[in-house]
Amino acid sequence: MANRRDFIKISFTGVAGVAATGITGCKMFTPSPIDPFSVTQYSRTPTYCEVCFWKCAGWVYKNQEGKIWKIEGNHEDMNCNGRLCPRGTGGVGMYYDEDRLRKPLIRQGERGSQSFREAEWDEALDLVAGRMEKLADEYGPECLALFTHGSGGTYFGDLLRAYGSVNIAAPSYAQCRGPREVAFIATFGDGVESPEITDIRDTRCLVLIGSHLGENMHNGQVQEMSDAIDKGATIITVDPRFSTVAAKSRHWLPIRPATDLALLLTWINIIIEEEWYDKDYVERYTYGFDNLREHVKPYTPEWAFGITTIDPSVIRETAREMAKASPAVIVHPGRHVTWYGDDTQRLRAVAILNAILGSWGRRGGFFRPAYASLPRYPAPPFPEPGRTWREAFPDKYRLADLALASAICEATIPSHDRECNFKGWIVNGTNLIETLPDQRKTVEAIQNLDLLVVVDTMPAAITGWADVVFPECTYLERYDIIRTGPHRKPQIALRMPATEPLYESKSAWWMAKELANRLGLGEYFAAASQEEELDWQLRQIGSSLEEMKRIGVKTYARGAEDIYFGSDEDVLFPTNSGKIELYSTAFAAEGFDPIPQYTPHEEPPTGYYRLNYGRAPMHTFGRTANNPNLADLMDENAIWVNPKVAREWGLENNREVWLMNQDGVVSSFPGRIRVTERIRWDSVYLVHGFGHTDKRLTRAYGRGVSDNELITRVHTDPIMGGTGMRGNFVTFLFKRPESEVLS
Amino acid sequence: MRYAMAVDTRKCVGCSDCVVACQTENSVPVGYCRDWVVEVTDGTYPQLQTEIRSERCNQCGNAPCVRCCPTGSSHYADGGIVLVKPRRCIGCGACITSCPYDARYPHPDGYVDKCTFCIHLIKRGQQPSCVAVCPTRCIYFGDMDDPNSEVSRVLSHRRYKSLIPEAGTDPYLYFLL
Repeated sequence: MANRRDFIKISFTGVAGVAATGITGCKMFTPSPIDPFSVTQYSRTPTYCEVCFWKCAGWVYKNQEGKIWKIEGNHEDMNCNGRLCPRGTGGVGMYYDEDRLRKPLIRQGERGSQSFREAEWDEALDLVAGRMEKLADEYGPECLALFTHGSGGTYFGDLLRAYGSVNIAAPSYAQCRGPREVAFIATFGDGVESPEITDIRDTRCLVLIGSHLGENMHNGQVQEMSDAIDKGATIITVDPRFSTVAAKSRHWLPIRPATDLALLLTWINIIIEEEWYDKDYVERYTYGFDNLREHVKPYTPEWAFGITTIDPSVIRETAREMAKASPAVIVHPGRHVTWYGDDTQRLRAVAILNAILGSWGRRGGFFRPAYASLPRYPAPPFPEPGRTWREAFPDKYRLADLALASAICEATIPSHDRECNFKGWIVNGTNLIETLPDQRKTVEAIQNLDLLVVVDTMPAAITGWADVVFPECTYLERYDIIRTGPHRKPQIALRMPATEPLYESKSAWWMAKELANRLGLGEYFAAASQEEELDWQLRQIGSSLEEMKRIGVKTYARGAEDIYFGSDEDVLFPTNSGKIELYSTAFAAEGFDPIPQYTPHEEPPTGYYRLNYGRAPMHTFGRTANNPNLADLMDENAIWVNPKVAREWGLENNREVWLMNQDGVVSSFPGRIRVTERIRWDSVYLVHGFGHTDKRLTRAYGRGVSDNELITRVHTDPIMGGTGMRGNFVTFLFKRPESEVLS
Repeated sequence: MRYAMAVDTRKCVGCSDCVVACQTENSVPVGYCRDWVVEVTDGTYPQLQTEIRSERCNQCGNAPCVRCCPTGSSHYADGGIVLVKPRRCIGCGACITSCPYDARYPHPDGYVDKCTFCIHLIKRGQQPSCVAVCPTRCIYFGDMDDPNSEVSRVLSHRRYKSLIPEAGTDPYLYFLL
């Protein structure tokens, strides 16, 4: 039997350091830094996590020396129920990472040459404020855009609005969950939110379409899925890969990639034809049922078999399972859904399926969210915005309800049919090079900028392109906005510094305020301190900073509206018709299919495999790849290939290969092969967030393959501008062609 | 009193939170671990099964590591927990070799280290850190002698297995199937 280290290598390849099996070179005994037997009481401070977007509330504990020791979940928190995920638990590594950005950096050489000099804050802030003023004078303030992911974005967002630009984009929209929001808003009038309003805890049937819960460690959601497993709920997983949750499912449908919409339409057809739908609900709440019934008739299980490769009897049986559980059924909308360019329509089919099963607004389906809301600290109203990103795309993406990061990137590249382009970017907490598909386009856009400011805790490819880098302190060293996100009850959570910021790193609040002062916009950041601002806000809703420091999380009662629809409640949905729109009037008005139609997608050419990608539970995008605690669990990704593919190519486990895509783009680094039955023979799989090209990331540099680097073909969703990224195909190279070396 | 742990393989998603929580709680140096995650896949696409297990010391009733320890450093503590007295450990590694579960590692400070079931937390009425942190609540812990403990209750109505029973070590780490 292999020992456990080999096993770990099977699940998590290349665990650095663990392979040390000998005990040679051991020192004389010295006491370990913390003696667990003498643990008494340690100071603890509240926080909410910033390692991912779930924002679980927790407690930061310090040891006898006053150093950060561990982070545990807050038991009152509805996002985590007292249990952080591995990334939250490993958040300490974000603080201790010795590769952190330490001082402001000002570019010296050419853009992208990674040549910087350290500067004092005053110089760096003066430089950025001066360039911002110049930019506003020459082109107008709206030519400055903000890309953001994370809590600091609020403060930079306020700065931008005060300055005169509303061009504020998060890649989490057009590169991730945008199509789902647009589809659900078109259907129900409301989006799915974050955290999602899925009532998984009480569901009797959970249907996952390519969503790999458990590998995407969306904490509360994974916890509720586990509860549902305990209660005997049926899980149906549709995925070409045998994901972790597929292994826990009653039904795994190993679908041919890119054909999910065919399956969804067929399920709708069966449920209507067999009259398994929720008739009262459909009658009372929906619009366009007769159109839907007619529309889906051609989508039979036998038709779908030829497309999806799923056996017709399995399609019928799973439809029956959903109907049996109705309304306590969730056809999960997923989260990262920008796949093939018709994603909004696919998610419309998901929404319609939920609607006819009567799950929206019902126990075990989707609950009605409640929010806490805090007023803004007193400040003048923001100036009227000038041009927005939308003007660069007349008549396109009009159903997008948020700004598109990819569109702002595109509108930065000069074009003869546009009057003006974006001239400046502030980038906070997102490594755009690895976030936006088609890296060459991103780099081309950057080369056309007059100003690129990057604000982050860690170096990454994007900081290498910056003119000025602001080192942000980690979430463990700062206050931030009060967390108010949606849940079953309104709840707020406080983040406060557990310790002073290391090095010369600063909070986004401080940076935004300092810039505002230099730009004559100080009145928008009038509070003398962040404590004062937060305390004022908290007092407006019957709390205080002092109280929140003590409890961390505070829960309020729901308003008059119940969490689920009442049995004979008349609900007015915020859609054009006031009903749940099975037939979308908004789509029809814009010239899009009011009911989704199946459209086939390109198949990989011979010798090429569809590039699929996803998450590992111990990492968040690429931002945790260098975290010492989390890199210890997984320090590079593997290239999953089916044994049939491996035989054909002569690949064995741990063999290093480069991947080349259909456009001839070769991965910067080789990756190790993982031969596994868990993947179909027509695709390969990579965990996203590896293959970092920044040498300052000493643990992450050159480890694994970047999926994003190989995503050069983008299928843009005509409805809302989402960037479909799963239409790329790769093949294997045993050595890297010299001619392909990129700078 | 006899402490035991049961891991529900139906719920474990292999996130490794148990590993990080143990590392931070017990100040295990980065690069080492007292618990770990194993994934085993059987079958051929698409007829597949994957079992994921969070593993650690089995706190054996008949522990080879205790038997072979030349200094008495490895010993049974309250509730059958197998512990190491670092000051008595000479780092000879006999225990590492003898353990069929490969549950021990040489600590860089010169002694052999392993899972303690977080005995310091149990003594304060808390749960081991891996149990307390697990997002899927897939780890059950408690006293086997108490029929009402979480672990006794779950073992009373679920099928389970232990690892390498043929080694005769009388393990107290169970896996629910």
